[in-house]
Amino acid sequence: MMLSSADFAAIWLTLKLASLTTVILLVIGTPIALWLSRTSSWLRGPVGAIVALPLVLPPTVIGFYLLLALGPHGFIGQFTQSLGLGTLTFSFAGLVIGSVLYSMPFVVQPLQNAFSAIGTRPLEVAATLRANPWDTFFSVILPLARPGFITASILGFAHTVGEFGVVLMIGGNIPDKTRVVSVQIYDHVEAMEYAQAHWLAGAMLVFSFAVLLALYSSRKTKTGWS
Amino acid sequence: MIHTRLKLRYSGFALDVDLQLPGRGVTALYGHSGSGKTTCLRCIAGLEKADQGFIQVNDEVWQDSEKHLFVPPHKRAVGYVFQEASLFPHLSVLANLEFGLKRIPKAHRRVDMAHATELLGIGHLLDRHPQHLSGGERQRIGIARALLTSPKLLLMDEPLAALDSQRKNEILPYLQRLHDELDIPVLYVSHSQDEVARLADHIVLLSNGKALASGPIGETLARLDLPLAMGDDAGVVIEGHVSAYDADYQLLTLQLPNTDMSIRVAHAPMVQGQALRCKVHARDVSLSLQSVEQSSILNRLPVTVISEMGADNAAHVLVRLDAAGTPLLARITRFSRDQLAIHPGQQLWAQIKAVAVLA
Repeated sequence: MMLSSADFAAIWLTLKLASLTTVILLVIGTPIALWLSRTSSWLRGPVGAIVALPLVLPPTVIGFYLLLALGPHGFIGQFTQSLGLGTLTFSFAGLVIGSVLYSMPFVVQPLQNAFSAIGTRPLEVAATLRANPWDTFFSVILPLARPGFITASILGFAHTVGEFGVVLMIGGNIPDKTRVVSVQIYDHVEAMEYAQAHWLAGAMLVFSFAVLLALYSSRKTKTGWS
Repeated sequence: MIHTRLKLRYSGFALDVDLQLPGRGVTALYGHSGSGKTTCLRCIAGLEKADQGFIQVNDEVWQDSEKHLFVPPHKRAVGYVFQEASLFPHLSVLANLEFGLKRIPKAHRRVDMAHATELLGIGHLLDRHPQHLSGGERQRIGIARALLTSPKLLLMDEPLAALDSQRKNEILPYLQRLHDELDIPVLYVSHSQDEVARLADHIVLLSNGKALASGPIGETLARLDLPLAMGDDAGVVIEGHVSAYDADYQLLTLQLPNTDMSIRVAHAPMVQGQALRCKVHARDVSLSLQSVEQSSILNRLPVTVISEMGADNAAHVLVRLDAAGTPLLARITRFSRDQLAIHPGQQLWAQIKAVAVLA
């Protein structure tokens, strides 16, 4: 066998982290994207910029601030300690929080584009056909934005799988808790285990390529609004 | 009775209307683009909120800004037909039609699927997807979808404007059927006088956010003091009953109301006694001092001159005539007016070409 049990543990942890992060991001990213695509409030610019920050910041910067916030003296750390949960640094929960922030733009932006593309007309039509706003969301917006949701899920998942800097800053390198595939590869290289690193790195490359190939190939056809 | 009082302004546009409209039949909101007719319709549907507004449709109040009452659009019993059919692309034709239908309680349903599909001739399209339909078919489905919510008021925003003239003619008979067969009041936005003349019973003339006139279609179209009479398609609406049909020449005789006068119209066969509405364009009416018997023009009516005024073209004048209670408009040259010395009270003969009557 080419992959060790530690490698498999890292893969499993990575999949768990990416899945959970994607689900959380879809739940909180949808209202954010909906709001960004509809609002004319002055807050639209600032909120959009904050969501996009992880696109340009080095992961170490995000990791650094998260480390401070989640740590024993940070405001989140104080809060979690008061709840008796201890601190979230160097834990799986901390990684999830970091990943959600780090992958946010990859989920929010495709959703925002999808919602903007729908426009207001279908929502007005639904209203004149007696659908209340919630009903309209589930029966009109959700199905019309389906390609956007698929893109958002794939990008959010894949980007979380590819995360390294934030993990190292706030999660460290704890087997089964915070040691994800990217960190495991780093460990192998540090230990001069190039053969092991090859297998994992190759798997990541194939996975990422396959995901993006599926994504870009599915964009050929687009059904228009009639 | 439909009462709509709206005040609304945004940059470069102000709407200020107070309209009392009949609670039955078709009322046209007529005006150029930018006159505020679509905004009126959107406010009535609740898709836009007038700063100050009062909207009452028969016994229901939908907005009363003084009492801070604003019923959201999904709680108003309106049907709305948009200029583009705006069918949901992710749903089949049937699912589009059912979208509104299944959202109203069974007890409130007054139009059923069989009736709506039959009225608009779309029964054969139910399994199709909106992408695979012609513009005319899509619009008919849009209309049926709105009807299936059993609205207390049907709002139609230029439903034919996005269609070519062939498609328009395909849909117009369906709209006339709605008018004849359903007891749902309709507000119909249009900038086409011919469409309005064919469908509306009542007309509101809007210009720059204000209502210049509101009244029954026959009287209002014949008014010389309104910009309506200036248009190239200006004319009057004549409503009468079919008294005879000449199958050989395909000519229909239309008896005018409250008189023994009749006009003959080139038309498809109709049953005697049926009501028919015709539009007579002002440019198709000529005037003579005597009844000219030997002429290709079939219709000669004795008329009285009511008034005349200059037209938009300096060479033309418009003459308002009365044919035993039925108003008529004639657009003639200023030269002819002086030749015939046309003046109010004068008795004349109006000649109308039978092929020109738009029925």
